[in-house]
Amino acid sequence: MQLILAILIGGAFGAVLDRIGATNPNWIGRMLSLKHLHLMKTILLAIGTGSILMFGGQMLGFVDVGHMSVKAAYAGVFIGGLLLGAGWAASGFCPGTGVCAAASGRKDAWFFIAGGLLGAAAYMATYPMWKASGLLDNVAGGKVTLGSVPGSKFDGILAMQGDILGIVLGLGFVVIAFILPERLLGDASGAELPAE
Amino acid sequence: MPLNWKTGGLLLGFVFFLAVLLVKPIGVSTQFVILDGIVADTLNPDFITKTDEGYTSTNAYMAKSNGKYAKNASNPLNYSFVFVLAMMAGAFLSTMARGGIDRAERTMPAIWRANFGDGAGRRYAMAFVGGFVVLYGARLAGGCTSGHMMSGMMQTSISGYIFTLGAFAAAIPVSLMMFKKEG
Repeated sequence: MQLILAILIGGAFGAVLDRIGATNPNWIGRMLSLKHLHLMKTILLAIGTGSILMFGGQMLGFVDVGHMSVKAAYAGVFIGGLLLGAGWAASGFCPGTGVCAAASGRKDAWFFIAGGLLGAAAYMATYPMWKASGLLDNVAGGKVTLGSVPGSKFDGILAMQGDILGIVLGLGFVVIAFILPERLLGDASGAELPAE
Repeated sequence: MPLNWKTGGLLLGFVFFLAVLLVKPIGVSTQFVILDGIVADTLNPDFITKTDEGYTSTNAYMAKSNGKYAKNASNPLNYSFVFVLAMMAGAFLSTMARGGIDRAERTMPAIWRANFGDGAGRRYAMAFVGGFVVLYGARLAGGCTSGHMMSGMMQTSISGYIFTLGAFAAAIPVSLMMFKKEG
């Protein structure tokens, strides 16, 4: 059953990533160089939609709060984020969109995957050094959410009910998605470019 | 052109919701470690070993959290690994259904060609280096764009916000410097 769900949800995720342009480095580059924010609007709306549905579903009782999985906060999250961001911008791929782009026929994405496997192996080899450095030690309580979500095993750092806050923030993401202009820098009058 | 952002955003958000409704939040980058583990264990069968309590590995990272990664690398037909294979199949079918990607684009994206020329070697080298840095960073951070940025912020997780701040703080300047032309 789990594997059937993996195939269905994974397949849907890959197909949607293709259709929104996330697997296309042209759209990643235009977003990250702030020239065309179409993909940014898509992502913000998706985070907002996911948040509202999940927390709304929890409040109505049909989404199991136990399915939440919150990752720990530590200094390495920020450092790793910086590294990922630099590589994401330079290559136009992140781990998920990279594997999808490779499957779509992009040859450069296979080089991204090869580099990624080596990078992951390099981290496996250097993990003890990071562990010893203390940069993997929890900060701000580690696995925490902004508010405490009723029934969740994760603590909240603000004195607010986590599910209500989640819906409010979700709505915030949706509003930002609508407000954000399609174009920020570059030629606003530019003709639509051939995406592929 | 990709889907209108409203349709695309709703669809993408719905997939993230489905994942957390039915199983657990979406994440991808761990599976690079799992594939490395599968390869390492094939080359050296002592890399992952079964113990009374579960699995462990000669590599400290594979062995952490009571051998969680070691276990998944020993049993590749698990939810998260199959999920990534299914993503590839889904992206492939979706691309084919809309007529595929044209030949020039399959070697390198137009935005790269416009800024750095036609040399395929340079593009492949940058994709390789980029992949290295992305996955090293993702494993240091404990997640990537899917797990930290999307799933994390959707759950109002603090780590998701910290990660996203770091990712864009580096991605935007790098992209502004590299891609002056839009392609």
